[in-house]
Amino acid sequence: MNETTSDANTGQESWPSPGSVLSQRPPGGEFQYGAPSGERLSPLSAGAGMVMLGLGIAQLLAPQRVSRSTGIHTHPSLVRAAGVLSIASAVSVLNRGKPAPLGLARLAAVALELTLLGRSATGVASTGRRSRLALTGAAIAATAMLDVSAAVKQGARQTMGERTTESGALAVEKCITINKSPEECYRFWRNFDRFPEFMQHLEAVEKITDTRSHWKAKAPIGANVEWDAEISSDQPGELLAWHSVDGADVDNGGTVRFERAPGGRGTIVRVEMQYKPPGGKAGALVAKLFGENPSQQMDGDLRRFKQLIETGEITTTEGQSAGERSTVVKLMKKGVPG
Amino acid sequence: MRALCWHGAKDVRVDNVPDPKILNPRDAILKITSTAICGSDLHLYDGYIPTMEKGDILGHEFMGEVVELGSAVTNLKIGDRVVVPFPIACGNCYFCEEQQHSLCENSNPNAPMAEKMWGHSPAGIFGYSHLTGGYAGGQAEYVRVPYADVGPIKVPAGLDDEKVLFLSDILPTGYMAAENCDIKPGHVVAVWGCGPVGQFAIQSAYLLGAERVIAIDRFPERLRMAREVSRAETINYEEVDVLDALKTITGGRGPDACIDAVGMEAHGVGLVGAYDRVKQAMMLETERPNALREALMACRNGGVVSIPGVYGGFLDKMPIGSFMNRSLTLKTGQTHVQRYLKPLLDRVQKGEIDPSVIITHRMPLNDAPDAYRMFRDKQDQCVKVVLKP
Repeated sequence: MNETTSDANTGQESWPSPGSVLSQRPPGGEFQYGAPSGERLSPLSAGAGMVMLGLGIAQLLAPQRVSRSTGIHTHPSLVRAAGVLSIASAVSVLNRGKPAPLGLARLAAVALELTLLGRSATGVASTGRRSRLALTGAAIAATAMLDVSAAVKQGARQTMGERTTESGALAVEKCITINKSPEECYRFWRNFDRFPEFMQHLEAVEKITDTRSHWKAKAPIGANVEWDAEISSDQPGELLAWHSVDGADVDNGGTVRFERAPGGRGTIVRVEMQYKPPGGKAGALVAKLFGENPSQQMDGDLRRFKQLIETGEITTTEGQSAGERSTVVKLMKKGVPG
Repeated sequence: MRALCWHGAKDVRVDNVPDPKILNPRDAILKITSTAICGSDLHLYDGYIPTMEKGDILGHEFMGEVVELGSAVTNLKIGDRVVVPFPIACGNCYFCEEQQHSLCENSNPNAPMAEKMWGHSPAGIFGYSHLTGGYAGGQAEYVRVPYADVGPIKVPAGLDDEKVLFLSDILPTGYMAAENCDIKPGHVVAVWGCGPVGQFAIQSAYLLGAERVIAIDRFPERLRMAREVSRAETINYEEVDVLDALKTITGGRGPDACIDAVGMEAHGVGLVGAYDRVKQAMMLETERPNALREALMACRNGGVVSIPGVYGGFLDKMPIGSFMNRSLTLKTGQTHVQRYLKPLLDRVQKGEIDPSVIITHRMPLNDAPDAYRMFRDKQDQCVKVVLKP
């Protein structure tokens, strides 16, 4: 039997039936990713990136030649440094790093360099082994860098999980799969006083009433960031949402959803937290508390929650035995596990 | 306590370090009675594995006596003699429940680091760089064992350390490599690498029903061990073209399954070998996959290539065309040791396997730096070193 469906999104009027098995499923939906910062790499950007890469390599490997071509006497190490920066920007552009604002400035710089190099291009004769080696080295280095970045595909994805809402709040969204039922996960989260066990930025959360709690964030000595929060939505086994009450030091809230994972394999826990950094002196402090990298912090928080609810403890190597560390490591890793 | 610490490439030293402590309720502390150097430790020694730091304690093949227990460990008693699996597994996550312990989702505290490198993080491992959690290893007098109610297996009194030590890693590794080949009676299996893992892979292939096993290496003492102990037929790849030889042995078709028990520091011959060495020296390639390339080309159509050999990053020039056009299957992974402990201990107890036959050197822990050099350079006919703290 021929079923027809109209599909407004694709502009196709109707599709023939895909057979009796598939027809039992509804049509799929399209996954909409919320973050607005996802830009596709335009051909212009890609071209600019490649040119910058080439120039950067030339600066790195043949600084005197490049320096002579500009007509300005520049120390080779400065040219080399510029080369490193060019290569770094190029890789960042090609990997879809920071978007457009710096792009125009870079394009201008590239245009200038091109003009200068163009002037000297006719004058450069291949002077034997060294220049050939430099060119070969440059080709290999360029291939290698593109090789590795292609393999790792870091640039293919936008920064996930962090975005700014219409009201100017910072929203962070993460999810994790837990090998427990949605009800068990919900019960764990309903106990707000367990939050400090896995949320690193919190000192304590105390129950005031069934729906109201008092939160204290970890702060440097002398500072105190506290607020009351109220549950705004409570659907056992499905959804829990809370928000700081008026007059809080920092306007913040969170929503956690508990979704049955495919195949009955536990629960997908989706957390969204929002922070509205206030102005004034509280602002900087709050930014520090909620982490310079809120997305990374939430990732860690969710992993710790998973470890707690599944294994009963938080995995760690902090305090383990080790030989003497190098000075740099000792300074950088104070108190950090691993 | 004394422990073997990494100080840099080709620089390991026995240092005095603090004793380990119970950090979590499911921990245990062991006094180590025997520990061994693994072929994969050599990748750490040679500086090919990233994220190593000065002061890291090495060693993931160890056993010993329980001297302290966390409050949540009820299945062990002080004084129990146990062998510990090298992957650290919580026992509660999806992968542990699926018996895929080296994929544990909870045991790597540096999971975000591993995710950047590999897409997702596998389990933590003892003594194997900060990518896998930076856990202190067991080439030491004492070690902290997390999730002690899941990993360690108790050893019966009648069995010497040497008979059971290799349950921690290399025996299950060789066994899983052979099991991954999906061996049917009458099959022919080729094994690249006659080191300890290769030897156990050969023996396991026979245990699982292979009719012929062909072993490939270049060191005479390892080839001899493969013939006389593990009962394989051997090929010396420095004297004979391997692909040709395998075609001759198998009547042109190729082996049904190929095992790469060599990994990322394969010794390469000829132009391709030189290519890999140059690229690795220039940090443009992280692996030297000579054995793997050969295994892929040699395998018969529709066969299995099983990889217990360790790789870390990205390799070049994989014959992916050969792989696709001939319906090959690739199976690999860090060994899920926990699931093989009981069945293999059983076989050892019954005398069906004697893992101790591959040991060529027994040395005190203090001599570990010399042992690493000797093991790496295959001096003194070294195949496997066991250290006593």
